[in-house]
Amino acid sequence: MLKIDSISKTFFPGTVNERKALQDVSLELDESDFVTVIGSNGAGKSTLLNTVSGRLPIDSGSIRIDGAEVSRMPEHKRARYLGRVFQDPMAGTAPDLTIEQNLSLALRRGKPRGLGRGTTKARREHFKDELATLELGLENRLKTKVGLLSGGQRQALSLLMAGFTQPRILLLDEHTAALDPQRAALVTTLTEKIVSSGGLTTLMVTHNMEQAIALGNRLIMMHEGRIIYQASAEEKKNLTVETLLGEFSKLKGASLGDRALLN
Amino acid sequence: MFGALELGLIYAVMALGVYLTFKVLNFPDLTVDGSFTTGGATAASLIIAGVNPFLATAAAIGAGLIAGYITGLLHTKGGIDGLLAGILTMIGLWSINLRIMGKANLPLLREETVFTPLRENMMLGTWLSIGILLAFTLVLKFAIDWFLTTDLGLSIQATGNNQQMIRSLGVNTDNTTMLTLALSNGFVALCGALVAQYQGFSDISMGIGLILVGLASVILGQAVFGSRTIIMASLGALLGSVIYRFIIFLALRAGLDTNDMKLTTALLVVVALLLPRWGFLRRIPSLRNRGNRAPARPLEGTVDTPDQMAGAAAGTPTSTGKTEG
Ligand SMILES: Nc1ncnc2c1ncn2[C@@H]1O[C@H](COP(=O)(O)OP(=O)(O)OP(=O)(O)O)[C@@H](O)[C@H]1O
Ligand SMILES: [Mg+2]
Repeated sequence: MLKIDSISKTFFPGTVNERKALQDVSLELDESDFVTVIGSNGAGKSTLLNTVSGRLPIDSGSIRIDGAEVSRMPEHKRARYLGRVFQDPMAGTAPDLTIEQNLSLALRRGKPRGLGRGTTKARREHFKDELATLELGLENRLKTKVGLLSGGQRQALSLLMAGFTQPRILLLDEHTAALDPQRAALVTTLTEKIVSSGGLTTLMVTHNMEQAIALGNRLIMMHEGRIIYQASAEEKKNLTVETLLGEFSKLKGASLGDRALLN
Repeated sequence: MFGALELGLIYAVMALGVYLTFKVLNFPDLTVDGSFTTGGATAASLIIAGVNPFLATAAAIGAGLIAGYITGLLHTKGGIDGLLAGILTMIGLWSINLRIMGKANLPLLREETVFTPLRENMMLGTWLSIGILLAFTLVLKFAIDWFLTTDLGLSIQATGNNQQMIRSLGVNTDNTTMLTLALSNGFVALCGALVAQYQGFSDISMGIGLILVGLASVILGQAVFGSRTIIMASLGALLGSVIYRFIIFLALRAGLDTNDMKLTTALLVVVALLLPRWGFLRRIPSLRNRGNRAPARPLEGTVDTPDQMAGAAAGTPTSTGKTEG
């Protein structure tokens, strides 16, 4: 499904600011795998997702989706394989467009866009059904501009937009981090629902260890641009926060003050 | 009076073009000053060469499309800042416009233009000509309204609203940007062609400062009609152009001469942009804060508490402008 083969990414190479954000990272996801990604700040989690999505080019290595080499494909072309939700609730939707217009845009993800009507009656009915699954009452507010929604509502909508077109891979980058606990819990529940109902292959970054353990069937831990620990489906069933902390403390240079450990 | 109305409606074509770039695409396109003249020059020289005036006008639109496309290329493929890309095309067009015309001024006296039927029947400056021009601009307005609600149009709106998002949905924003710039300058060149035929000559400097006229129209229209929906915003651009002509008309009446009009226009735009600072006419600020893609403050009651919103928005680089408060 997704095959990441020894990819590397260095920012500002050869300068004093050089940052090796990814060093020889390999990762393989099978159909319907749901992998959670944890790690300290600056570990390279976002960079990993951004290289998969094509937002950042890689220096070396290869990325394959369904066997197709995509690492040279521009971001907008890769979009047909990928659904994404960003950490910033403002990032995943167009604030001046209405809910139904945003959904229409998402509906055409990776498809040609022509002069057909953006919001037809049939699409609207479809959107209402989909929005109803969020249980936020958004199905009655199709013509509301998205900029008027709360952060949690926008993030729930982003999640729906990313998932309802059955992407081959769903990329979630700390998509609950900017929300207050209650709304974060809501979006987490929705994530589970959308991923499991669509059987979506998912890569989810979180800095909440409990969430990382509770969600998904596999887990990876990153540090300084490398994957330093992996829990397979079997191992993950019995995984505890203590085990993860233990793995983490084996690292030299990692401090317990890291944000990832405070949750 | 009728003259001002007619001019307002003709220039509304340009205002619609400026609306497309400034408001929809969020792109400050200065190509306008050049492409307007390109439209006038192309139409005038073709008409003098004996081409049917409607064909000549269509050719002018084509020239404008190309001009806008070039600005788009410079910006997207060349990575040149939007303002600078527009200026580069605008300056370059000066020479091209001179080449097209062969000299600095091309009179269209006794040539057949698109206005000839009206003029010969003494209908220019009557309600009839105004009705015809109004119908024409309304057709263009509704064409824009329709276009912007198609799948393609929505992706253009999203390009102006949240590039990161629409790219993640598979849209090549380079293409939507170039397309919009081309369309916009097509409108502007059409306007230039109409103005040249209406006033009976094309002049190398006819486009100077027109970007401000377009802006003034869009801003005035927005102040009066708001910009909640596309239908209202484009209507605002159209009627804003008429309002602008009336203000100019009144300024001339008040004793200013035509050479003062550039300053008048500039002041008009400055005032319109500064008014919201003084807590008046709050609908305008989005133009001054062009870079601010984040929405205005959400309506109360529909959202989290401000603290939560602030937390949620903490990652946004485009923070909400001061004037929104
Ligand atoms: N666009 C960029 N330009 C330069 N350096 C970058 C860029 N993006 C990331 N980096 C650097 O690469 C490293 C990895 O960053 P990344 O954002 O992937 O970390 P992360 O694991 O997502 O951390 P966090 O938990 O803070 O989100 C960091 O040192 C960061 O400073
Ligand atoms: Mg990150």
